[in-house]
Amino acid sequence: MSDHTIAPSRLADPAARAALVSGFEATPGASKPDPILVVDDIVRQFGGMTAVDVGHLEVQRGIITALIGPNGAGKTTFFNLITGFDRPTTAGKGAHWAFDGRTLDKTSASSVARAGMVRTFQLTKALSRMTVIENMMLGAQGQAGENLFKSMFRPTWRAQERANEEKADDLLARFKLYEKKHDYAGSLSGGQRKLLEMARALMSDPKMIMLDEPMAGVNPALTQSLLGHIQALRDEGMTVLFVEHDMHVVRHISDWVAVMAEGRLVAEGSADTVMSDPAVIDAYLGAHHDTDLGDDALLTDEALEELAEEVAAEDAEREHEEHEEHEEGQR
Amino acid sequence: MDTIQSILNAMMREALSPGTAAVAIAVIGLNIHFGFTGLLNIGQSAFMLLGAYGMGIAVWHGLPFVVGILLGFGAAFVFALILGVPTLKLRGDYLAIVTISAAEIIRYVGRSSLLTDFTGSAQGIPGSQYRDPFTNLSFFGGGSFTLLPFNYLDVADGAAWVRIIGWLLALASIAALVYLLRSGDRFSGVARNGLVVLLVFWSLFLLLFLFPVANQRTGVNGWWVRFIAWTLVLLCCFITYLLVRSPWGRLLRGIREDEDAIRSLGKNVFAIKMQALIIGGLFGALGGMVYVLPASVQPDSMGRSLTFFCYTALLLGGAATIFGPVLGSVLFFAGRIFIQTASQAYVPNSILTDQKTAQFSYIVVGIALMLLVIFRPQGILGNKRELRFDV
Repeated sequence: MSDHTIAPSRLADPAARAALVSGFEATPGASKPDPILVVDDIVRQFGGMTAVDVGHLEVQRGIITALIGPNGAGKTTFFNLITGFDRPTTAGKGAHWAFDGRTLDKTSASSVARAGMVRTFQLTKALSRMTVIENMMLGAQGQAGENLFKSMFRPTWRAQERANEEKADDLLARFKLYEKKHDYAGSLSGGQRKLLEMARALMSDPKMIMLDEPMAGVNPALTQSLLGHIQALRDEGMTVLFVEHDMHVVRHISDWVAVMAEGRLVAEGSADTVMSDPAVIDAYLGAHHDTDLGDDALLTDEALEELAEEVAAEDAEREHEEHEEHEEGQR
Repeated sequence: MDTIQSILNAMMREALSPGTAAVAIAVIGLNIHFGFTGLLNIGQSAFMLLGAYGMGIAVWHGLPFVVGILLGFGAAFVFALILGVPTLKLRGDYLAIVTISAAEIIRYVGRSSLLTDFTGSAQGIPGSQYRDPFTNLSFFGGGSFTLLPFNYLDVADGAAWVRIIGWLLALASIAALVYLLRSGDRFSGVARNGLVVLLVFWSLFLLLFLFPVANQRTGVNGWWVRFIAWTLVLLCCFITYLLVRSPWGRLLRGIREDEDAIRSLGKNVFAIKMQALIIGGLFGALGGMVYVLPASVQPDSMGRSLTFFCYTALLLGGAATIFGPVLGSVLFFAGRIFIQTASQAYVPNSILTDQKTAQFSYIVVGIALMLLVIFRPQGILGNKRELRFDV
């Protein structure tokens, strides 16, 4: 197997990252010194409901940025919009986004990917009736054999195919899928499919990888290795933007956090700043964000009594309302 | 014994007929659409009809044969473009609806009396108007010829035991061939391929030895058109093989599995689907031209039912395989003739008149298609593993 590790980036050093990030303003839409992705005025409405309304967002090159927010905050819709899988309602009316200096206002999903911004999906899209290696080979860019006319003549693409396969083997080995090379992707476990999807995205040598809930449905042991992989990508100089629910994951690996709620960008900052921001706590975490709700210690007698009282009070109120409605109905 | 021999002879004649070869070519095209790319095209007969019209009208009006063929391909190409541009961006089911309606539109336009000078309206274009340039190309000479000249009648005067042993041998070698083809990469390499080729020739020899077919050498429906038709079938199989083993073919299967995933990897899904639609449509047009050479260009003979025969043949042989379409077409037509002739021979006329046996055979074919889809969706040659993870 050929050696194809990339030289570690300057930002592999945690201190360098901390220094860089400390220079950013912790306000929504803050400007960054070297943004790889700049988004302006993206609005997406479904009927009367505004799913996404982001005024300005910049994503710094070379670090891990997390996009968090409660369910229905519009994170995935935002992902779909900037990767070309959906069209903003404001398309042509002020919506503007640029990746690596290249304007993407009117490009298709495939050309966004060719520009170097590759995404994965919340519900994994492993091509189940194809083998793992075939899945991987589909990720390679600029294949001569994908041209209809050249495809019939093997010599025109054999060498490239072999090089791509070597690269795929390396990536599979790195993601511990090499033994599964000739298995159908449909036979992999959920976590392995996530790994395969990530490896497949890396086949295209992206500049930025966008992961939509990479940890959803993955067991804790595999989560650790996934986290390791994501950090390794950053250390090699890749930009990572990911959507996640799990706060521990976000705290653990992200260098910068952007928070969305009800379609808007409500806060930005380092993981710790954001999590103490009252706006974020209100929108997302709720009053008990620091306590483990599964902890038995919470269930003291007093707490139980309090809960019982609350429940009783609510019941009484409801009965009262129902009674009134009933009376109104009779009248 | 003689009844059985005559039923089997009829099956053999049907299996080798140019019509079977023509449908096999159209099914190879449909396999690229449906089997590899997952495009649900229910209008393959329209591609066939357009190919046939292109060739028929051009030659009828005095244009050279080659121009006719090119016109047929051109018509199918344009039809694929017109179908694909609005529908390929939509979900697959819409393509199915649009193709079946488009096929009907083509058929009704062909039937329209306004175009009698071009399409001959409902009567169609008689074969004698366009067939001559093709038959003139023949180097087979005149007279008739039996394939094989050496057959069971030459061994012990065609005694019953010769035939029974022969039938058993033929069955065994065909079973072995199917087993080999289905085993996929288990016996990879030259040895397997050599064995396959050997078995194909051996089975063909046995079949022709047991059921000799006599035909004119050239004629309207003779060996010449059969030779060209089956050569084209082999050529189409080879082209399909070259296409689907390439990265382009891998893309097709990727699109069949999940378009969005392929799009997220930076591939132009629309262009690839369009290419697949066009290639499959051109195969369909070629099939249509072969279909009408021994017959006539009649819009009603290339309607919805022909498309459904194509689907039955494809599913029977196995979608997303190279030889599935050919095997499926041969079995489909031979099987239908078997039902028809067997019910003619054994069911008393008071229950089923000879006229109704043909209808009965189509009913059985319909039931067979249903059973096939329920119990063996991968067909005869299809890969079961490939289907197991279907969502």
